[in-house]
Amino acid sequence: MTDTRLRAYASQREPLENDMEPVIQVENLVKQYARRGFRGSADAFRAVNSVSFSILPGTTLALVGESGSGKSSVALCVACLEHATSGMIWFERQDVAAMGEPELRAVRPRIQLVFQDPANSLNPRWTVREIVAEPLLVRGRPPRRERDALAAQALERVGLGAEYLGRKPSELSGGQRQRVAIARALILEPKVLILDEVLSALDCSTQAQIANLLVELQRTYGLAYLFITHDLKMAAHLADEIAIMSGGKIVEQAAPEVILRGARRPETLSLLAASGVKSKQTAPESRR
Amino acid sequence: MMRFLLRRAGHALFLLFGVSILAFVFSALAPGNYFDEMRLNPQISADRVSALRVQYGVDRPMAVRYAHWAGALLRGDLGFSFTYNTPVAPLLWARARNTLLLAGIATVLAWMLALPLGIWSAERLGKPADVALSWVSAALLIIPDLTLALGLLVLAVRTGWLPTGGMVSVGFGEFSPVHKLRDVALHLVLPVTVLVAAALPVLLRHVRSAVAEALEAPFVRAAQGHGISRTRLLYRYALPAAGHPLIALFGFSLGTLLSGSLLVEVVVSWPGLGPFLLEAILARDSYVVIGGVLLSTLFLVAGNFLADLLLYWVDPRIRAEAPGR
Repeated sequence: MTDTRLRAYASQREPLENDMEPVIQVENLVKQYARRGFRGSADAFRAVNSVSFSILPGTTLALVGESGSGKSSVALCVACLEHATSGMIWFERQDVAAMGEPELRAVRPRIQLVFQDPANSLNPRWTVREIVAEPLLVRGRPPRRERDALAAQALERVGLGAEYLGRKPSELSGGQRQRVAIARALILEPKVLILDEVLSALDCSTQAQIANLLVELQRTYGLAYLFITHDLKMAAHLADEIAIMSGGKIVEQAAPEVILRGARRPETLSLLAASGVKSKQTAPESRR
Repeated sequence: MMRFLLRRAGHALFLLFGVSILAFVFSALAPGNYFDEMRLNPQISADRVSALRVQYGVDRPMAVRYAHWAGALLRGDLGFSFTYNTPVAPLLWARARNTLLLAGIATVLAWMLALPLGIWSAERLGKPADVALSWVSAALLIIPDLTLALGLLVLAVRTGWLPTGGMVSVGFGEFSPVHKLRDVALHLVLPVTVLVAAALPVLLRHVRSAVAEALEAPFVRAAQGHGISRTRLLYRYALPAAGHPLIALFGFSLGTLLSGSLLVEVVVSWPGLGPFLLEAILARDSYVVIGGVLLSTLFLVAGNFLADLLLYWVDPRIRAEAPGR
C-alpha cells in the first residue's frame, strides 16, 4: 500500500470527541492457557497479562505486536470466543467476561470478529448467500426472500454486487472473500468490529482497497474497531490510538503521531523498524 | 464426473493387477508346495505325484502359469484347489459370505457406537467425561484381539451363556426360521463383540479428533462469534467438515471387511475365510491363498473407490479440482 493512499485515509478521520462513553472497555484482562507437560503435568501460560483499554464509538484502537505477543488472545476474549481468566470487559454496561453461554449469545451479534484468513473463515461448502445470511438465524428464522434481500444489501455495503450471492468461496479472490467476511459481520449491525490481522493475507493493492472500505464503513455506521496487526505503519494510518503489546502486556499506548515520532520502548522501536518507519526519539523510559 | 470415475477405476484395476502378480510370485517362491507334502506320504508313489504335477501345470515356468491363471481370472475362474479338487471361486465365495456377515455386522455396530461417542467426546474435549472415555478406548486399544477373544471364550465356557464356536448349532437344518435366526445371532455375539471392541477405539479416536478439529476451524469459530447455537455449529458446520477424513476411514473399514476378522474367526472357529485360508496356507494350496488375497484386495479397492465417490459427492472442493467436470 502506498504512503499517499494511507495518508488519504488518515486525513479522512474525524477528530475524537472526548466526552463520549466508550463502547467497549477492557479492565485488567488476563488470559491463561493450560500447558500440558510430557508426563501430563499442567502449568499455566499467561498469554494476556492485565491488559486495559477502551474504545470510543466510531474510533479505532490498533493493538500492535509481534507474533505471540497476546494480541489475538485479547481479540478472542473481547469477541467472547475465549473465556477470560480474570478481568472485566464492559460492553453496554455489562461485564461480558462474566457472562455464561446463553447470555453471551444475545451479546455476540453486536461484537463481531473478522478473521485473518478469509479462505478459512468462510464455509467452503456454502454459497456467499448462505454464508452472509447465516448470522440472521440468531434472530429467529426470517423468510428466505427477506434473508436474500438482507444478504444482497450487506454485500452491496462492501462493494460486491448481488451476482456474487450464488458463488462459493473458492470462486472468489482473496479480497472478495475478505469483503464477504466483512459483509457477514455487518449483517447483524454490530457496534464493535474486531479486525484480527484482516489485511495480512492480502496483497498490497487489495490491502489498500479493504482499508479504504473499512474507513468508509466506520464513517457511515459509526463502528468501533479493534484493529489487530503487526504492521505499525498500517496501524498508524488507520487508528486513532495505538497500543503496543509485548509479552501479554500493553507496553506503550498513545496517538499514532506520538508513537511514530516519539517511540521509547524497544518493542515499539523494533516494530517501527520492521514496518520501515524511522523513529525520531529513542529514549529508554516507559511512557505508561 | 465420468473422467473422475474412469481414472479411479483405472487406478483400481492397476492395483489389482499388481497385487495379483505379487501374490502369485510370492506364493510360487515360498519354499515347498502341495506336492512336496504329498511326496512325504508313503502311500502315494513318486510317479503319481509327478503325474499330478503335470496335470495341475505346476511343472511349467512361473510366467506361463501366471499368464494361464490371469487369462482364466478374466473369465471369473480363480484356479483349482489341490486340497478340495474343485474350482477355487465357489469355495471362496461360500466362506466369504460367512465372513461378510460377521465383519459387516461388527463394522456397522462399531460405527454406530463410534459416531455418537466420538462427537460426544469432541464436544467435551479435555473435560473429565472425555478423559474417562479416552482411558477406556486406550485400554481397549492395548488389549490384543486374540486375548479378548480367548477371555470371552473362557467366559462363554464357564457360564454356558453363549455358544463357544462355529456359526450354527447341531441340528440347525431342522430348526424353525425364527429359531435359526436366534441360533446364528447367538453364535455371532462373541466374535462380533471382539471385533467391535477391536475396531471401536480406533474409529472413536478418529471421529473425536476429526470433529474436535472441525469445531476449531476458523469458519466454525466465526459462526460461534455470530451467536449460532452449539447444536447447529455441530451438525451444520463441524460434522460436514469432519466428514472428509471419516469417509476415507469408512472406505477403509469396508475394505477390511474380508481381511480384518481372519484371526478372530480362527480362534472362535467361525466358518469364514480365516480358518479356510489358514488351512490352505498350511497345505500349500496356492490357488486358494492367491484367490483369498485377491478377493481381500478387491474389497479394499472397492471400499476406497466407494469412499472416493462419497467424497466427490460431499466435498465441493474435490469436484472443483477434478478434471473433466
